[in-house]
Amino acid sequence: MREIVIISGKGGTGKTSVTGALAHLAGSTIICDLDVDAPDLHLLLRPTIRQRQAFYAGHEAVIDPEVCDGCGTCAALCQFGAIRCEGHDYRVVPWRCEGCKVCVAFCPAAAIRFPERHCGHWFVSDTRFGTLVHAQLFPGAENSGKLVMLLKQQARELAAAQGAEIILADGPPGLGCPVISSLSGAHLAVVVTEPTPSGRHDLARVVELCRHFQTPTAVILNKFDLHSGEAEQLAADCRDQGLPLLARLPHDPVITEAMVQGLVVTELPGTKFGGLLREAWEQIVALAAGAALSGSAGPAEKRPHPTVPRKEPFAEISSLESRNQEADVMLRRK
Amino acid sequence: MIIAVASGKGGTGKTTVSASLATVWGRPVMAVDLDVEEPNLHLFLRPELTGAKKAYLQVPRVEEAKCTFCGACADLCQFKAISVFDQVVLTFPDMCHGCGGCLAICPAGAVQPDQRELGLIQWGRAGDIGFLNGTLRIGEAMSPPLMRQVKARLQEMLAAEPRDVILDAPPGVSCPAVHAVLDSDVILLVTEPTPFGVYDFQLAWEAFTPLGKPMAAVINRAGLGTDAIYRFCGEQGLPILAEIPYDRAIAAAYAQGRIIAKVSAPLRTLFLNLARRLQSWPDLDQAREAACA
Repeated sequence: MREIVIISGKGGTGKTSVTGALAHLAGSTIICDLDVDAPDLHLLLRPTIRQRQAFYAGHEAVIDPEVCDGCGTCAALCQFGAIRCEGHDYRVVPWRCEGCKVCVAFCPAAAIRFPERHCGHWFVSDTRFGTLVHAQLFPGAENSGKLVMLLKQQARELAAAQGAEIILADGPPGLGCPVISSLSGAHLAVVVTEPTPSGRHDLARVVELCRHFQTPTAVILNKFDLHSGEAEQLAADCRDQGLPLLARLPHDPVITEAMVQGLVVTELPGTKFGGLLREAWEQIVALAAGAALSGSAGPAEKRPHPTVPRKEPFAEISSLESRNQEADVMLRRK
Repeated sequence: MIIAVASGKGGTGKTTVSASLATVWGRPVMAVDLDVEEPNLHLFLRPELTGAKKAYLQVPRVEEAKCTFCGACADLCQFKAISVFDQVVLTFPDMCHGCGGCLAICPAGAVQPDQRELGLIQWGRAGDIGFLNGTLRIGEAMSPPLMRQVKARLQEMLAAEPRDVILDAPPGVSCPAVHAVLDSDVILLVTEPTPFGVYDFQLAWEAFTPLGKPMAAVINRAGLGTDAIYRFCGEQGLPILAEIPYDRAIAAAYAQGRIIAKVSAPLRTLFLNLARRLQSWPDLDQAREAACA
């Protein structure tokens, strides 16, 4: 089983539109939307939800005003500015609380409860392209890295059960916790970028992140015709870094037309995207399988980051996995 | 006044709007990039940097000679950043949120402060515009601690020289995005009328509504997609303060690293009007009423 994750660094470069189209072309993959914060893939795949589960992550502090004697110990200890004092009333600002339990442990009056935090839901759904594993965090919630790990675990189990050989995941934007979690265990990261100063800047950072975690990386250049100078520069950057450039996709409002119809762009007749993405998909499958690169994609002898020994991405991962197993058990109990 | 420029979906034009707004603001202003994972504002404002410092988070280091292996630190830690075995203590600094609980609770004084590098804070000027940003160290998972320190630096700079502030927030609607807008007076949501844009805009609106701050919308790429965003803003009474037309020439100018407000006279006027409407804030209440009516 091979895991492919589509990321971008910069948001809005076309990750989800590309992922949806690849899911269409691939057939029989497990599809995963790991952008649990602002997920959009379901808008293209229009899933029928088969299974819905609550997602709990961590705890939050709640001060009981009846028991609180107003000593202020909690506010003095909180490193997150999450405890506010109004007159003699102390209360926790939920969106600042990181659930560290310090106030709970040190409250002399034992006035602070520490309930579990219900952060959102995750789903297993049927779509016209196969099974989709996805989620929705409550807006404003945190801990999306943990939810990403949970979705990946579900996808792996489903892939094993269905005999699917590929997990295709739409990743989150940025470089932080959710992206790091989405890279864990991935056989290939495909970065969708655009020929703009932001696109190029963010590509460099996200490629460095992939290198940091020893994830082989390839690039799709979207909207390549927006700026030929930037596009050439990007292609040169990819060559220099030994990154296969899998496709150059045009800037075309047909992407939005497909989106409005709830379709992926390769389902619309007469676009160039089908041919371009089919070719890209073949290379993606080969790269994810660890095959040597071929053709113009990049120097065949130069695999992405071949010399550095693989290390466990992020000390957090093993611990996250154990916590997700705990979450699974908890969810099953409910 | 502090204006946070946010969005649910990425790539809707937060940085474009922030850079253009700062350029036409007409009053002393600071442009602050709080998208520490992928900061881009400097690519457009091209500031001259005058200062920088590294940002660190306090994490634990255990002096095993003093440790009694009682396990109080590991029991308290909610992030599995410290584990105690028979005669061994392990710390996992990458997991630590910097709450200081282990330092406070250790009865033997064996837990000492150490630090983890979060990233870099830089500041300077782009002409008359003050500039500040944070850049997350690659491999660092948590952006809110760095964002808190960028905001602390902002407060120092504002104390020395009061200015209005335009904050370029990260995309999304979870903790980093909420952290970015917490201290603002107004949240300006930039979106596009595509189905992805509308869906994520609704999430952002839901995430930010509990904060009780005035919100307004800027529609980028107007003319693309559907009218769903206009209906949603109408239903929720969210004033639309500006519409930037869908125009390949604008996208191309952005790709050249240009500030959109400087591309043409009509675009400059568009951003001047947006700045004026934000600066005469009470008028927004009327706009809200008008949108509801």
